[in-house]
Amino acid sequence: MSELTRLTAAELAAKIHSRETTAVAVAQAHLEQIAATDTDVHAFLHVDTEGALAAAAAVDAALDAGQAPASPLAGVPLALKDVFTTKGVPTTCGSKILQGWIPPYDATVTRRLREAGIVILGKTNMDEFAMGSSTENSAYGPTRNPWDLHRIPGGSGGGSSAALAAFQAPLSIGTDTGGSIRQPGAVTGTVGVKPTYGGVSRYGLVAFSSSLDQGGPCARTVLDAALLHEIIGGYDPLDSTSINAPVPPVVAAAREGARADLTGVRVGVVPEFRGEGYQPGVVGAFETAVEQLRALGAEIVEIPCPNFTYALPAYYLIAPSEASSNLARFDAMRYGLRVDDDGARSAEEVMSLTREAGFGPEVKRRIMIGTYALSSGYYDAYYGSAQKVRTLITRDFESAFQQVDVLVSPTTPTTAFKIGERVDDPMAMYLADLCTIPANLAGNAAMSVPCGLAEEDGLPVGLQIMAPALADDRMYRVAAAYEAARGGPLMDSAPRLEPVR
Amino acid sequence: MTTTDTADLMDYDEVMARFDPVLGLEVHVELHTNTKMFCGCPTAFGAEPNTQVCPTCLGLPGSLPVVNGKGVESAIRIGLALNCEIAQWCRFARKNYFYPDQPKNFQTSQYDEPIAFNGHLDVVLEDGEVFRVEIERAHMEEDTGKSLHVGGATGRIHGADYSLLDYNRAGVPLIEIVTKPVVGAGERAPEIAKAYVGALRDLLRALDVSDVRMDQGSLRCDANVSLMPKGASVFGTRTETKNVNSLRSVERAVRYEMRRHAAILVDGGEIIQETRHFDEATGTTSAGRRKETAEDYRYFPEPDLVPVAPSREWVEQLRTTLPELPWERRKRVQQEWNLSDLELRDLVSAGALDLIASTVDAGAPADEARSWWVSYLAQQANSRGVELDALPITPAQLARVIALIAEGALTNKLARQVVDGVLAGEGEPDEVVAARGLKVVSDDSALIAAVDEALAAQPDVAEKIRGGKVQAAGAVVGAVMKATKGQADAKRVRELVLERCQ
Repeated sequence: MSELTRLTAAELAAKIHSRETTAVAVAQAHLEQIAATDTDVHAFLHVDTEGALAAAAAVDAALDAGQAPASPLAGVPLALKDVFTTKGVPTTCGSKILQGWIPPYDATVTRRLREAGIVILGKTNMDEFAMGSSTENSAYGPTRNPWDLHRIPGGSGGGSSAALAAFQAPLSIGTDTGGSIRQPGAVTGTVGVKPTYGGVSRYGLVAFSSSLDQGGPCARTVLDAALLHEIIGGYDPLDSTSINAPVPPVVAAAREGARADLTGVRVGVVPEFRGEGYQPGVVGAFETAVEQLRALGAEIVEIPCPNFTYALPAYYLIAPSEASSNLARFDAMRYGLRVDDDGARSAEEVMSLTREAGFGPEVKRRIMIGTYALSSGYYDAYYGSAQKVRTLITRDFESAFQQVDVLVSPTTPTTAFKIGERVDDPMAMYLADLCTIPANLAGNAAMSVPCGLAEEDGLPVGLQIMAPALADDRMYRVAAAYEAARGGPLMDSAPRLEPVR
Repeated sequence: MTTTDTADLMDYDEVMARFDPVLGLEVHVELHTNTKMFCGCPTAFGAEPNTQVCPTCLGLPGSLPVVNGKGVESAIRIGLALNCEIAQWCRFARKNYFYPDQPKNFQTSQYDEPIAFNGHLDVVLEDGEVFRVEIERAHMEEDTGKSLHVGGATGRIHGADYSLLDYNRAGVPLIEIVTKPVVGAGERAPEIAKAYVGALRDLLRALDVSDVRMDQGSLRCDANVSLMPKGASVFGTRTETKNVNSLRSVERAVRYEMRRHAAILVDGGEIIQETRHFDEATGTTSAGRRKETAEDYRYFPEPDLVPVAPSREWVEQLRTTLPELPWERRKRVQQEWNLSDLELRDLVSAGALDLIASTVDAGAPADEARSWWVSYLAQQANSRGVELDALPITPAQLARVIALIAEGALTNKLARQVVDGVLAGEGEPDEVVAARGLKVVSDDSALIAAVDEALAAQPDVAEKIRGGKVQAAGAVVGAVMKATKGQADAKRVRELVLERCQ
């Protein structure tokens, strides 16, 4: 393994910008690491070697010509979740139904990355259409957790987090609808941020649940995540739900936090997120983290959020409802898979057969749940009630943030489970997102930062920090302080994968 | 599948003796905004298929809609002109159904929160009677693409060999205007239906929000018709007739359905709740999609868009932009032009009044404007078999032609050629004048050369004129006019002939 792959994004950028190394050398080092480890990990669905090297060469040429770096991360490689459109590069969302589709346009996130001189290495594996918590729902096979290849890397963005944990990329992008950035971050020992809803454009993010989906940065350190956040964030006129306000000063907050002083910061602990179903090692690591926050000067208060316990059922009505409509467009008429079009069958039959063949079981399950929940006669009882719960959860947050600056909880109740362990038990799988869903329903900011290893299995645990909408900087400050106090990035102590020969 | 109806029809007078009709009219108006409702693609009619599309109106994965502010503005102005209340806050909703010309397999529309509601339109019938049609709502939505079914007998989807899809129209802004049930129309129901759509068309044209061309589909009417026994208060089962592409068809379709329903009902039959397809050629309707199991569109608020909350200040400001309403303008014009009721009605029924008024508004004298529309242009419309307002010349263009005559740059004869050029799609009047070289020759030096040439060619005539026989000049004038292909001013030519012979 080249030592270049061990560096943080900030360190790599410094070396590239000072011309101590080149963007091409950095890209090559990471492409080699992917080649050496991805047979085992399977973080990538598509590696764009040619595109990455060309982008890196362009950054080098600009720097050699004396131009200023296009951004603080110009020349740094990144792994992009395969749910963002990339012009000329396949985008499948982990689904057979989009196999072979080459988008004719870039997502806003993709465009901003390119304009910032960030080198996109390829597209990462995910649960089909971001539906899942283990990446086992990918139509192209599961991703494995670099900490233990028999375990899941979380999901839906398991590919993006595993790529970081396998040192295949220092940065990645995920999307978080119910925890798909934070839960993979927690179980792979990496940092995952779900910005305030509307903080990062959804234009070109293939929709699962429009009112919940939020793209965000993933990295091995809090500062790297903040640097990436500022590049992808900000108002986009192409996304009507994008917030027309400056990006919160997350980089400054991360630097401020690194001074490891939280004096005057009020931290609320959510009591609903412990007890039955929570792995003792997770609870232990979380409690230790809370004590460390207190030691950093934070004031710790318990803040009950009684409606959070209804978040999971409400989520499993709202998200499938929106998904049933969002996924209707995959009908074999204009792009993607088309099966059994023998010239005799009607368009309706071809649509139906293609959807039968192209969608996996979890996607079908959610389309059916959503279709049912929106049906006339059931709408009020299901979708309508779920929206009311959503309002109650938002009020819980509002009331909590009148008393504290941030809320904390474990990111997910357990450490990485074994591949195959929960595939036949959707309810057990859904519980992985128990703690992360409230922030999606309310739209406020939340992130997961590594908080050590669980005592019983030695696997990473995540600390979830939640902040009010548009106060993303607050959680970065707390996360950076905690990261520094805990002894630096957890991945520095992760096992190194043996290259596959 | 041919379902050519040889349906029994009841005599209309008998229908009226036994039944009361109830109408419900749904009108879809395509706005003529420059861009589509949710993306920046152009909306022009008639472009090559699939050339006015982008990721959003093709519904590509990841694409998102952004509301066209001009579309909202038009919707509010339409609502105000229809005396509607304007919502303080409303949302778009998704109407979910699978159809190949629907790129997302849902239509972005409005459901229980329309932008405008509770209005009315007073319709003036031909005899001057006014009938009030109550408006339930006017809401914003997007149009679908167009399917072209190739092969088969009917050009409809059943029996077609294959279908072609054109998404140019997908996402074009639509306003759907829905009436409350129209009761009490009695025997005048077909006439009221036609008059309502006509009044709506005139209103929308005056608002300048749509081309309102029924023949091109920018104004589409679905006519719901049901009958109930005389004196009853419970509505009968309705049918919804589509493909009604002219005002005349609205009247015919309603009348046909009333007669068809009545024949079925007196036979003890039941009306099937379904859509019906109107056939212009035969004036009949045939069965379309059955609606007995009401389709479940699974409406829910569109999560990709934020609510529309027009401020009261904006609404009031838009109210001040409402034009003089067509029927008010008619009243005014009648007084100003001193028209009898009969003359006014003739102009209205010929569809000429608003065109004349617009031509006058564009600067032409009323007499000239009127004469062009009711004579030369009426002939042109007649020979093309279209209504007057479907001629491809605008009141402004005609006003320009009239101005050119007044300036002396065109003779009446040349002006007709210019109008022909405009009708033939050769461009603006001035472009036609230039391209066809139709300007009156007013340059004396060119005329003098022509006069001298004509005099030289007829020395004996020239001699007569010099000898004082002024009336002989006519032959020379004729020769000059011939040589200049009629583009000279004959009066001036005559003056020059006499001058040159002194």
